[in-house]
Amino acid sequence: MSGYTGSEPLGRTAALEGSTPSARSQAASASQSHRLRSGGLIDRQQPLQFSFDGKVMSGFAGDTLASALVANGVKLVARSFKYHRPRGIITAGSEEPSALVEMRSGARKEPNTRATTQELYDGLVAQSQNRWPSLRRDFMSINQLAAPIFVAGFYYKTFMWPAKFWEKVYEPLIRRAAGLGKSAELPDPDHYDKAWAHCDVLVVGGGAAGLSAALAAGRAGSRVILVEEDVRVGGRLLSDGGEIDGMHAEEWVRRATGELASLPNVRVMVRTALFGVYDGGVYTALERVNDHVPVPAPHQVRQRLWRIVAKRSVVTAGAIERPIVFPGNDRPGVMMASAVRTYVNRFAAMPGKRVALFTNNDDGWRTVEAIQQAGGDIAAVIDPRGKVPAEYQALADLSDLRVLSGGVSDVKGGVDGVRGVIVTDGNGRKQQIDADCLAVSGGWNPNVGLSCFHRGKPVWRDDIAAFIPGDAPRGMVMAGAARGEFSLGACLRDGHAAGAAAAAECGASGNAGEASEAGDETYAISPLWQVKAKGKAFVDFQHDVTASDVTLAQREGFESVEHLKRYTTLGMATDQGKTSNITGLAIMADATGRTIPQTGTTIYRPPYAPVAIGALAGHHRDENFHAWRLTPSHHWAAARGAVFVDTGLWKRAQWYPQPGENDWLESVTREVLAVRNGVGFCDVSTLGKVDVRGADAGTFLDRVYINAFSSLGVGKARYGLMLREDGIVMDDGTTSRIAEDHYFLTTTTAKAGPVMAHLEFCRQVLWPELDVQLSSASDQWAQFSIAGPNTRKLLQELVDPSEDMSNEGFPFMGAREVKLRGGVTARLFRISFSGEIAFEISVPARYGAAMAQNLMIAGRDLGVTPYGTEALGVMRIEKGHVAGPELNGTTTADDLGLGKMMSKKKDFIGRVMAGREALTAPDRQVVVGIKPIDVKRRLRSGAHVVPKGAIPGPQTDQGYVTSVCYSPMLEQWIGLGLVERGRERFGEIVRIHDPLRSEDYEAEICNPVFYDPEGARQRG
Amino acid sequence: MRIACPFCGERENGEFTYLGDASPKRPNFAADSGESPERVEDAFYDYVYLRDNVAGFMREYWYHGGGCRSWLIAERNTVTHEFRSVIAAPGVGAANPVQAGE
Repeated sequence: MSGYTGSEPLGRTAALEGSTPSARSQAASASQSHRLRSGGLIDRQQPLQFSFDGKVMSGFAGDTLASALVANGVKLVARSFKYHRPRGIITAGSEEPSALVEMRSGARKEPNTRATTQELYDGLVAQSQNRWPSLRRDFMSINQLAAPIFVAGFYYKTFMWPAKFWEKVYEPLIRRAAGLGKSAELPDPDHYDKAWAHCDVLVVGGGAAGLSAALAAGRAGSRVILVEEDVRVGGRLLSDGGEIDGMHAEEWVRRATGELASLPNVRVMVRTALFGVYDGGVYTALERVNDHVPVPAPHQVRQRLWRIVAKRSVVTAGAIERPIVFPGNDRPGVMMASAVRTYVNRFAAMPGKRVALFTNNDDGWRTVEAIQQAGGDIAAVIDPRGKVPAEYQALADLSDLRVLSGGVSDVKGGVDGVRGVIVTDGNGRKQQIDADCLAVSGGWNPNVGLSCFHRGKPVWRDDIAAFIPGDAPRGMVMAGAARGEFSLGACLRDGHAAGAAAAAECGASGNAGEASEAGDETYAISPLWQVKAKGKAFVDFQHDVTASDVTLAQREGFESVEHLKRYTTLGMATDQGKTSNITGLAIMADATGRTIPQTGTTIYRPPYAPVAIGALAGHHRDENFHAWRLTPSHHWAAARGAVFVDTGLWKRAQWYPQPGENDWLESVTREVLAVRNGVGFCDVSTLGKVDVRGADAGTFLDRVYINAFSSLGVGKARYGLMLREDGIVMDDGTTSRIAEDHYFLTTTTAKAGPVMAHLEFCRQVLWPELDVQLSSASDQWAQFSIAGPNTRKLLQELVDPSEDMSNEGFPFMGAREVKLRGGVTARLFRISFSGEIAFEISVPARYGAAMAQNLMIAGRDLGVTPYGTEALGVMRIEKGHVAGPELNGTTTADDLGLGKMMSKKKDFIGRVMAGREALTAPDRQVVVGIKPIDVKRRLRSGAHVVPKGAIPGPQTDQGYVTSVCYSPMLEQWIGLGLVERGRERFGEIVRIHDPLRSEDYEAEICNPVFYDPEGARQRG
Repeated sequence: MRIACPFCGERENGEFTYLGDASPKRPNFAADSGESPERVEDAFYDYVYLRDNVAGFMREYWYHGGGCRSWLIAERNTVTHEFRSVIAAPGVGAANPVQAGE
């Protein structure tokens, strides 16, 4: 009993622990009033305890929650969505619309779980949903009295007035009254995985056709994956038996499974539901790895999302039996005929002791045999066709079967299930049949969904009164019942042929063998969609859509199936209308006098079955939501208490708080002053770095930058600006010439990727004749900016004494390799973003952390100060350097004050378009400095600039503030802005208007270079 | 979606980025070509902005940034997403392409 995690103790379970297996087995059987004594694919030696709504019951290994509830005689399992009507279990598969329960508790609580697919485990705890105070006495069932209000489109009609009541009153009211389960509000403690798989042939569904297809493709030698949503393969063979190759179907399944397991090129994945079909043969499937245990074992995942790449797929997804619409068809105990057979034959659980059968087709008649063999009574068979199918005549004679024509016009019963069935014959005569279960078969719908995910339209086939697949996605074929081939013999042949063909198309040349043989039972059907009689008759059990909702939609003009769907919500619940869509459109067809194919189906879309968001997210949650890029000095900075900021995927040190500092501004101001008065350093490794090599490297750079680089001397650095082809600035950065044929180019942090792609485009697509090679070196170099009047003193401690670090020996904009003390070679660039004497030093990334430590050691006496991106930003604004907020995808080189850099002698990307009239107009907004008149006033970016005295508005707007900072040098807030004709307006007082923050004040337009405009400091 | 990179083999589309129509050719005018500014600007206007909105097969640029960093020309059906061919095409964006070594 380990692993039990429910909130309620299972007292009886504990009491059973000491007992022998046989004693436990007997005790378990005792509670299972509807369990057959023998048969079924359950293990009676493995009793399992579970609780539903707090009541402890038992089942056996091999059960689903639904089959265990059936075995315990439980009929009522849910309350319906709108009317809170009592509901039971309708199907035995993943199409279940009704028996939705809340599984587990606490953080693992999972609402809307289909009891029909939930495997039973020891200690399982499930609750019913959408009821209060209890399932039997549900207060909200008074909704049934108000049923006329809740018809199709009631949202739009009833809660119209007053409008403001919708959000506050009506919607919360409706949401409380109508709904499904409630989700857990705690973080999911389980792990979800994602994986890829590749194969030649993907077989979807492991029934007779699927096994046959996998055997053929596997024998032929192709790589095969078979996915089956159930816990075991076999499909309907597990429920309906039959004879294949002279052996019992169960034995055939065992042998087929054994042969598939013996083929090393075949992989069978159970508990794996295919739910999506994508371009190029990519399929998605959800593997429920550990939904059948209370808690996944350590290091195991709960579910796994598979993306399967397959050259061919054979979809053998079977068919779904469809209900017939008649009043009371939703009573607990009304069940699909095929589901009745599944519970009886596969699970040895009797849904009723006295079963009535309502069928319009031969297949439904199989139920008679199943019930009789299990020792149950058939109360009557209601077949509107009025006579016994030839195949079943002997059976009917032998058992003196009561066979009625006509249809079921009402079902008597309540929370305890079906009590009786009212049958009305063709002459309107009614009679009541006593029964506690009504098995219904309206025929079978081939499971065409996956074939339609690329907008393929299903095609109507009159003889089986159902849609079959139309144009399937490329590489996919449908086979077996999914294609409308319903007999067992046909499924085996069809699956084999499809599997063999798919394997051959993938180049497999082995012998696919022969298809297994079985009989071709008849499937005669006389379409019957609805018995028209007084009373609520349900089409969509999950969304409580009735036949009269469909006809109401028609009367109100919503005749198109897509309108019908949205107006009535038919097929929009978690089951996506697997049991209701076709029936609904058949009723619509009848109401409009069109045929069913004329009416058409709604568009099928993935997912085929609900998929938890957790499975789609996989490991990409919390700190693993996306990858992080850490700078080489990250851990060093973290140890110093740095505050980090996310810039793209990078984490960058924003500032380094010191003890006693109260806010970020104090820290940043200290860092700026330390640089301006002494020396500091900052990790700038996040800049994009590209090695450009080749004889034509200079020519190449001339063509991508607006300024020339072929003229740059070896050992020199130059600031460059590149444009997009439309003339707008793309990026900036310094590029250095390391050798005649070797440049080292840097980009901004944000544009490292896009610039690399652009450079490769230019090199490969435009100018392949140039002898130039590009390699991204962003992650190879740790780069630090060292700035301040004491920079040279600090560097002398680091570089080899033989290096000439004087102003003459290493002048402004010099760039060369230097040897460091200890022998490491570094690249040193004398460039300045701060306006101080500054160098950027590059060392191989593995030395990055050591470099930071050594800078601290070497600079101890100089008071060296590490600074973050915030201080970096302050100093660049003080110097009027443009950055991201100014290189914002709307500005030209001239807007940034860099128009003079545009070469007139050469062609370069963006040259022609940059010359367009609008891009060179004199009234463009250009970069200026902005200073509030009130020196205490905090300037904020985003604020608008209008002329002094003007009324702010679109007509008077002249630009906006792009970047701001508190300048420790000017001792006030300053900023950069883009302002119309700005360079002609230095000294002008303008109005700064900030409606978002309700601020309005005056400021002066000025030269953007606030600090050391002559640039003497950086050259010193 | 899978894209068959001629260098890396068939790879998942997340490794690629899309640029668009590969038919426009970059006009080649030297800064001192002497062409009338109108003619030059018109040619660039076409190159930068004008694109056909093709329903069916079109040649388009894909960049294998998550792989070999090749710019590729794919023939893709914009309706069905079927790829007919994926090739490297050096110089395909140039008005008068000159190949390496020429």
